[in-house]
Amino acid sequence: MAVVEFQGATFEVDEDGFLQKFEDWTPAWVDFVKESEGIKEITEDHQKVIDFLQDYYKKNGIAPMVRILSKVTGFKLKQIYELFPSGPGKGACKMAGLPKPTGCV
Amino acid sequence: MSDMPKADELFKSIDYTPPLTGWMETPVDFSPGNWCYPAKPEKIEYINSKLPGLWGTPREWSPGDADWKLPPNWKETVVNGFRERLEKFRTLKLFMDICVRCGACADKCHFFIGSGDPKNMPVLRAELMRSVYRGEFTLAGKILSQLTGSRVMEEDVLKEWFIYFYQCTQCRRCSLYCPYGIDTAEVTMMARELMHLVGLNTNWIMEPVSNCNITGNHLGIQPHAFKDIVDFMVDDIEEITGRRVKAPLNEHGHEILFITPSGDVFADPGIYTFMGYLMLFDYLDLDYTMSTYASEGGNFGSFTNNEVMKKLNAKMYHEANRLGCKWILGGECGHMWRVVHQYMDTMNGDTQGPQMATPKSPITGTVFDTAAATKMLHIVEFTADLIKHGKLNLDPSRNDHLRVTFHDSCNPARGMGLLDEPRYVLKAVCNNFFEMPEGTTREQTFCCAGGSGLNTEEILEIRLRGGLPRGNALKYVQDKHGVNTLACICAIDRATLIPLADYWAPGVQVTGTHELVANALVFEEGEERTMDLRQEPLPGFEDEDDNWTPPNAEEA
Repeated sequence: MAVVEFQGATFEVDEDGFLQKFEDWTPAWVDFVKESEGIKEITEDHQKVIDFLQDYYKKNGIAPMVRILSKVTGFKLKQIYELFPSGPGKGACKMAGLPKPTGCV
Repeated sequence: MSDMPKADELFKSIDYTPPLTGWMETPVDFSPGNWCYPAKPEKIEYINSKLPGLWGTPREWSPGDADWKLPPNWKETVVNGFRERLEKFRTLKLFMDICVRCGACADKCHFFIGSGDPKNMPVLRAELMRSVYRGEFTLAGKILSQLTGSRVMEEDVLKEWFIYFYQCTQCRRCSLYCPYGIDTAEVTMMARELMHLVGLNTNWIMEPVSNCNITGNHLGIQPHAFKDIVDFMVDDIEEITGRRVKAPLNEHGHEILFITPSGDVFADPGIYTFMGYLMLFDYLDLDYTMSTYASEGGNFGSFTNNEVMKKLNAKMYHEANRLGCKWILGGECGHMWRVVHQYMDTMNGDTQGPQMATPKSPITGTVFDTAAATKMLHIVEFTADLIKHGKLNLDPSRNDHLRVTFHDSCNPARGMGLLDEPRYVLKAVCNNFFEMPEGTTREQTFCCAGGSGLNTEEILEIRLRGGLPRGNALKYVQDKHGVNTLACICAIDRATLIPLADYWAPGVQVTGTHELVANALVFEEGEERTMDLRQEPLPGFEDEDDNWTPPNAEEA
């Protein structure tokens, strides 16, 4: 399993660079991921999306479907892509420490 | 998709000249992009605790490394497993013996058409296994190995299996052209079973299998989350139609149990198909329930081995019995119907409760004798029958902005002969319907190239190469008829056809069939809608702000 080091912390990641364990998430992870996602500064809007993803995941054990994310945060899909250029499933979920969904998706 | 070659470059790169070396001497490409990621060890540990002895040793390994960390007795395990299956499955023995290598199947595989790699010819893919069959189990093969094209099991042979039996989507297009009727999908199934015995597996299949055994569905949606999602869709439907539809979950005493793939409960655009089901059932006041336990129509076990396929399938009858349902209505899923139509009765038919009966439409009275054995009816047959009997008030002009073609999903088409019903439904709900060219549709349909658990992103180039024949036919109707919508009846299709269309026929969107049914469904005379199920404005109700689509199609 690949391990990345950043600012003195270590993170176990899968082949696509997603965190292996949600429990390993720390705010430093967001700083680590933001560069590769092409995000300069984490704004309140980014944080709002990350917080909701994490709350939903803690409650449900999966990521929310995109329409739920959009409705609850009040961001249209276009705005989510402006915040997270690689999209809600890849960019936002990765930063929030959620695993990738698998199956007929 | 940023590091992918452009479509025309990829097309020009396909070379059908065979290598100069014989196939046994031609090396295999193990570079990244040619294989799916192996299963996470904890997924294997879990499934091994439930079905012991079928999974080898859980471990971290990579097909990109020289050492795959096979168990010391791997060869014995594979050869013995092969022998046991030859004795157990008469079909396997037959399929190993009767191929005359006529080559009728050679150019029928989408992966061969898109790659030019001879090992993607179905005849040669199966030969990877047949050569070992002859070398290990036949006298002529043991004595005259060169003359009979035989070989024994070696590590490089097993590694070659892993690459090529995961470049087969079990779509069975090749089988259609085989004069002997060899079911090549079953050859692939057997090769995968044998590889599992020594711990060669993929995460994209084994995580859903593991999830499904825990929660009842591939995505791992727990009951409270399932209800949450369904409630959300009910809200959305109310926003679109002004009507609050019922969405019964886990209720006892209804006539029908409805089961659909969990992809429809989670991913765009499957969720709109799911909303379509809810609207149709509410319109009919159908006596039905869904289940948060039998919450998956698909069965990634069928991409794995017989034992886990049977175990994951068992919940369908189990839940029908628990809830007291007479029959099961199944949603728009692909491989679910291969399992239901061809294996379920044999695997779990004896667990059908005494309350179960041959499906009979409570609306039209039609008895579906073709589903007498399994007690499970395809929703497209159900809906086609409703339309035939004039039971649906439809306004197809609500779909007038769509120019629609239909992708025959491999398993319903070739696995159960569902060819005319989807077209009958689509033509009733859309005014603009166009067929893709002959030879690419109906039983000859070309695969989405992501079936059988290959719908993962790390092999995207392989998928897009394999998607060329379908993409090419789609581009043809896009250019000729202005087609902008590709309808299908499979959840894997709804995920995989999006990047396929974006690559080969940009501008074509993907939809489930019941999404279009529900768009056209008129609940009450004079009812007016301003938007479709995606909450996009219908013609005449556009808002400039909404005219935006994501820069790259996202699958999750």
